[in-house]
Amino acid sequence: MPDWSEYVRGHLSDLKLAPEREAEIAEELAQHAEDRYRELQSGGATEAQARRIALEELTGHELLAKELRAVERTNAPEPLVPGAGGQGRFLAELAQDLRYGLRAFRKSPGFTTVAMLALALGIGANTAIFSVVNGVLLQPLAFPDPGRLLRIFESTAELGLASVSYPNYLDWRRESHSFTDMGAYRSDDFNFTGTGEPEHLSGEYVSASLFPLLGVTPLMGRNFLPQEDREGAACTVMLGYGFWKGRLGGDPNILGKVLTFNVMSCTVVGVLASDFRLRDEARIYFPIEQWSSLLLRTRESHPGLRVVGRLKPGVGIEAAQAELASIGSALARQYPATNAGHGVKVVRMKDNLVGQVRPTLLLLVGAVGFVLIIACANVANLLLARSTARRREFAIRAALGAQRRRIVRQLLTESVLLSVGAAAIGLLLARWGTRLVLAAAPDSLPRSAEIGIDPYVLLFTLLVSIVTGILFGLAPAFHGANASPQESLKEGARGAGGSRHRVESVFVAVEVGLAVTLLAGAGLMMQSVWRLLRVDPGLNPRNVLTAQVALSPSVMASPPAIRLAFQQMLDRVRAIPGVQSTALTTLVPMGDSDSEIPFWPGTGPQPPQDQAMSAMFYIVTADYPGAMQLPLRRGRFLSDRDDVSAPPVVVIDEVMAKHIFPGQDPIGRQINLIVLGPARVVGVVGHVKHWGLDSDDTSKIRDQIYFPFMQVPDKFMSDAIGGVTLALRTGPEPLSVVSAVRSQVAGPTRDQPIYAVQTMEQIISASLAQRRFTMLVLIIFAATALLLSAVGIYSVMSYAVTRRVHELGIRAALGASRRQIIGLVVRQGMKLAAIGMAAGLIAALALTRFMAALLFGVRPADPLTLVAVTLLLGGFGLLACYIPARRATAVDPVDALRCE
Amino acid sequence: MEGRAIDREWKKGSAELLLLSLLEARPRHGYEIGKLIELRSQGALRFHAASLYPLLYRLEKRGWIQGRWVEKSGQRRRRYYRLTAQGRKVLAAQREGWQTFVEAISRITGVENA
Repeated sequence: MPDWSEYVRGHLSDLKLAPEREAEIAEELAQHAEDRYRELQSGGATEAQARRIALEELTGHELLAKELRAVERTNAPEPLVPGAGGQGRFLAELAQDLRYGLRAFRKSPGFTTVAMLALALGIGANTAIFSVVNGVLLQPLAFPDPGRLLRIFESTAELGLASVSYPNYLDWRRESHSFTDMGAYRSDDFNFTGTGEPEHLSGEYVSASLFPLLGVTPLMGRNFLPQEDREGAACTVMLGYGFWKGRLGGDPNILGKVLTFNVMSCTVVGVLASDFRLRDEARIYFPIEQWSSLLLRTRESHPGLRVVGRLKPGVGIEAAQAELASIGSALARQYPATNAGHGVKVVRMKDNLVGQVRPTLLLLVGAVGFVLIIACANVANLLLARSTARRREFAIRAALGAQRRRIVRQLLTESVLLSVGAAAIGLLLARWGTRLVLAAAPDSLPRSAEIGIDPYVLLFTLLVSIVTGILFGLAPAFHGANASPQESLKEGARGAGGSRHRVESVFVAVEVGLAVTLLAGAGLMMQSVWRLLRVDPGLNPRNVLTAQVALSPSVMASPPAIRLAFQQMLDRVRAIPGVQSTALTTLVPMGDSDSEIPFWPGTGPQPPQDQAMSAMFYIVTADYPGAMQLPLRRGRFLSDRDDVSAPPVVVIDEVMAKHIFPGQDPIGRQINLIVLGPARVVGVVGHVKHWGLDSDDTSKIRDQIYFPFMQVPDKFMSDAIGGVTLALRTGPEPLSVVSAVRSQVAGPTRDQPIYAVQTMEQIISASLAQRRFTMLVLIIFAATALLLSAVGIYSVMSYAVTRRVHELGIRAALGASRRQIIGLVVRQGMKLAAIGMAAGLIAALALTRFMAALLFGVRPADPLTLVAVTLLLGGFGLLACYIPARRATAVDPVDALRCE
Repeated sequence: MEGRAIDREWKKGSAELLLLSLLEARPRHGYEIGKLIELRSQGALRFHAASLYPLLYRLEKRGWIQGRWVEKSGQRRRRYYRLTAQGRKVLAAQREGWQTFVEAISRITGVENA
């Protein structure tokens, strides 16, 4: 008897079935053949006949193999997963769609690359901006229960929110019941001496209550104790992680050691964790009562003190505000001389921190969203073109019974696949882009250390990519699925469709419109920055070098020694070749800092606090106008003879002269400076835009007073020298003298550091940083938008030309000139662009209003900008139409007609 | 394929109908099905293994019938096919369709004969 099974297997081997399935079929068929063989034999056939017939029937001249191939090898879509429920089927279909999509992309690498890149740019830019927004605006502050943390300010009609006087803070803390606790802190600079090079450090004085109320637990050691935060207590210090790790090598036995700051010897009691952040630059912390200044004790001074409170559970911010307001007015009644007109105002800590950058960031979110939509529109157009080319494929699938829903799903799966792939690339771009953003906006952005790609950012990117995929896939998907089988198959490869062209045109118009809006925004920012750069700052910033200086601890104890040390420092620096003028000042215009002094004119007594006036207060040496090239309007500037032995004098600026002495000659008039006493006006100088080129005109305090450095009374000397800046004008490039200045400032004891070295031009430039940053990002977005929309117009027009080759050929044959044909094509394209530009201008008019606060010297609806933007885009549009139009004229009419 | 419409591929359709009908009463194995078709059609219809088994597999894949190996003592195991619930519905529909078809044919041919 033959081995039927072996024989069957021989016929199945080509099918490459799964081994179990093959065995099963072989067994079943072998049995059948054997039954048949026996039957034939029992019917009288010979063994050879029975065998021949049975084998013939079994394989039927390859019929078996053919039929089995059809049954066993088809991936029949419907009953693919026997027994599984709807979900299993869904997953199986999804897997099938994904495989199919990947295969389709592999087959068209050009399309895939272009689409992926456009999307990766869009998604990457969105991820980068979102990670900034996430870090700065969305993430809660890195303290426990941060929603209950409030900043508490004093408020006056003149200043708005003002820093707090320490005695007021103590009263608030004692009398209020809305808070679990309050804490205060104040930034200051310290010189760390003792081990190695003297180093200048930024630090904070903090109340002992501050860290516990914020919920800060030190990495090592403990927080300050209340008894350490007392006047006259032995000095203690807590170290920031960076300082401990970097400067002290992460010394594990640091607790209990004594370090020297300024002239204080302080015992280390704690080291803070690496993620603790109060102010990014702060590296060391002292109890606030260690600050030995009189300014801490006087109710009338507001020495940059910040106050934080933590609301008790169940107490609302309004209740806290009301309670503090009533405490504030009680204090105003109790201390009218210092507190009249001073209110109390609470602001959520996070709002206070990030409120200023919120409009900028939201603007960027909007702008980057536009870029993504433009990228989507472009990719949608690419997909549309592709789906037209694939109409035959869909028609065949539909003819074979695929449902419309199924084809739409297949296409959407492909587009989501595309965008998720692009998101992966986009994430890399975003990592890189975020770094770029941070490099461009280092100082003007709060919480920048908290920006990074975290799970929220990843989730955002995933969501954006899926939504994006559906967004740009929807129109092409329905277009593809709507292909009528008969039409498409008949039409053949030429495939076209009026509906596709309409959709495509809408996309291009949308792209152009969004690009116009973005360009308008970028244009307005450019104009603002350009106008700002032309504002006269009131001094000549060219070739001015500034550097903060500190004195040797050895002279700090005695005011006359301090004066002498500074005088000698000035003399040494002045002798450096190339240095033309040298001066000291306690305040640098357009830097981050300010210093106001309350004053009143005339010889009368101090008016009540609510009528007090304040002016910017510069303590400077005689050659300050030489270093800054400050114009003298009347009288004389301060001189070296204005020292402690001479009668007190001041110089005021022209704004103050007009404000305080309208229509009079201010020279010889008396003004009274709080704490310092009366002084006579000896000169008037030009106004300097201290608050920045943009906001100085609208600032509340614009009066400026210059006070002679050498006339500072002994008791205020140690406060005055907290942050002294050396300003010098040079002949050569100012940064070229830095090393000479460094060695001359260091002096014979070699322990006087310079730090924060900046040219005046750098300071002004930094004051524009946020605006310039916004401008830069908007320009990048707008340029991307411009390019993408030009590509959009180009692709639609070149497709249109291809479609109209026949028609254009006939026109050419009938005598249309080259120019007429170009005109025809360009008109068609520009009509599209014009519709988009018109819509874009309307959108720009509506949307640029929201950036009014970020503009300078230009209105949101600036006609010049709008016209320029329209012309720019129109130019690009013309070019994008002209190239395909030229190609159209290159068509030989004979060829075009033969094509048919 | 289901429903009243008369299937264009009526030949193939009729083969399916035959198989489903034979399985309606009870499960049978392939050889038995082939034999029954031959016997009941009095030799007019014959399905050889080469076309019978692929058809069975096709119906099984569609979920209309289900095959199961059954061992009876003293015999080799055989694969028996039974009608599924879905198969029963399809059979009813195909039967109806077939009847419509046959009626239509006989109406036409009847008129010609009259």
